[in-house]
Amino acid sequence: MEKILEILKGIKPGVDFTACEDLIGEHVLASFDIVRLVTELTDEFDIEITPLDIVPENFKNVAAIAALVERLEDE
Amino acid sequence: MKNVLELLERANHAYPLKTAFADEAYALTFGELTAKAKSIGTALAAQLACRNRPIAVLMRKEPDALAAFFGAAYSGNFYVVLDCESPNDRLDNILRTLSPAALITKPELAEKAAALAFDGPVLDFDTLAAAESDKNALKVIRDAMIDTDPLYALFTSGSTGTPKGAVVSHRSVLAYAEWVTETFTINENTVFGSQTPFYFSMSVLDVYATIMAGATFHIIPKAFFSFPVKLLEFLNERRVNTIYWVPSAMCIIANWKVFDYVQVPTLKKVLFAGEVMPVKQLNYWIRSLPGRFFANLYGPTEVTDICAYYVVNREFTDDQTLPIGRACNNCGLAVIRDDGTEAAPGEEGELIVRGSFLAMGYYDNPERTAKAFTQNPLNPHYPETVYHTGDLVKYNEYGELEYITRKDFQIKHMGYRIELGEVEAAVNALPFITACVSVYDPATDTIVLIYEGKKCDDQKVYDGIRPRLPDYMMPGLYKKVKNMPYNANGKLDRAWLKAHYQEL
Repeated sequence: MEKILEILKGIKPGVDFTACEDLIGEHVLASFDIVRLVTELTDEFDIEITPLDIVPENFKNVAAIAALVERLEDE
Repeated sequence: MKNVLELLERANHAYPLKTAFADEAYALTFGELTAKAKSIGTALAAQLACRNRPIAVLMRKEPDALAAFFGAAYSGNFYVVLDCESPNDRLDNILRTLSPAALITKPELAEKAAALAFDGPVLDFDTLAAAESDKNALKVIRDAMIDTDPLYALFTSGSTGTPKGAVVSHRSVLAYAEWVTETFTINENTVFGSQTPFYFSMSVLDVYATIMAGATFHIIPKAFFSFPVKLLEFLNERRVNTIYWVPSAMCIIANWKVFDYVQVPTLKKVLFAGEVMPVKQLNYWIRSLPGRFFANLYGPTEVTDICAYYVVNREFTDDQTLPIGRACNNCGLAVIRDDGTEAAPGEEGELIVRGSFLAMGYYDNPERTAKAFTQNPLNPHYPETVYHTGDLVKYNEYGELEYITRKDFQIKHMGYRIELGEVEAAVNALPFITACVSVYDPATDTIVLIYEGKKCDDQKVYDGIRPRLPDYMMPGLYKKVKNMPYNANGKLDRAWLKAHYQEL
């Protein structure tokens, strides 16, 4: 969770990510931010994120991102 | 035919109830679109009482934006699309150049509109669209219009930092749309999936082919380009069969190998333009979509959109470059040397264009117009304008044009003339590279390579291109980035990288 927050802060400094419930709907994360986030998560956690996982639901908020990482780490 | 509105009216007559333009939540039929445009035209004409003046449109990319564009045309004026996501500074620059007769916007952007450096009338879209249309008033306007009256002005970034507005006439768009629909067999069964913004010349293809052929145009939500599975599902859901995208958008699909997960059976025609398409990623598309039609289109805003094209009809290896092909029907091309004489076959030179696709020039900018639009250097006999593209090209052994580089990008390094595009082609051919840009820093006389890739480092890139490039073309500085920056049009942002590579 801490690591994810760090990555998010690197992409969009100054945003309180823990308070935001809908990063996509509220346009906190724009198109190319997602691409960047996926790359960084892949590197940081050594997981493989396939296009099937790159859907808005998995990037809705910090908890959803953490759940995605956890699931892929187990695989 | 003298006016693009005749295309709209023809489509309205043939398919009044058919969806013309749609986005995720909303759609306009040809009937609704025409009615709204006429109302807007009537209201604008009554309030402004001017002709051939610019009308700025500050709206999202949505079906109603088209009604505003055509409404401006009905009023006898021309439209200028303002990018609602652009910083106010840039918009102010454009507005100062234009001093438009009015600005059309919607409530959600009223705040932004109010903050802009514009003191003319700011008009609400919905109020204009609710006005009663006046057939007679519109007829008087139309009768007085000619085909060389402007339809729109599109602003491109100038190298000096001041945007230039290319003014494009009804004649040019009619000629261009005719070429598009004939060449790519666009008809009432065509369903476009539109990626490019309305302030970008590429959108002219989908928009005007749609009203010329009575096709359907689906606006793809921008966010879908970060959720590629949703993107392809959207194409399937809307039964999109024709796309015209920038290569960077196609690379998203290729780099994530999205076709391995989702098929797009209805997609038949894939057109692209705007930047060089890396062959490795194109090959993924071709392998994944066998038997479909692929074409590489080339042209600047100043020739409406496109002046040359190449239908992919043979195989290319990952390190080859795609040609830009031959002149569009009704478009004249020539390759000239620096002294204005015609280059020999196979010799490099600047591409010049003549014909009806040419823009009228830049709005309120006679100096830049005179530089780029000149008398044809190959014809001293009667007045004939050509547009100088600033692009270096040559003919290959198939008689096809090959794009080499921007004239400004050609560099001299260690005494050699180098095309940075060649460096990029070599890097792009490496299997682990997903994108790259090469820039030249004259201050340090260094070729800089900025790249993005999977499981690779500078050494691996160096080893990969070493056997492919001569010594003097090898980059002197490597910068790996996690993600390449893109500009507002979705293209790789070369200008930003050139200015900021040291901070990477």
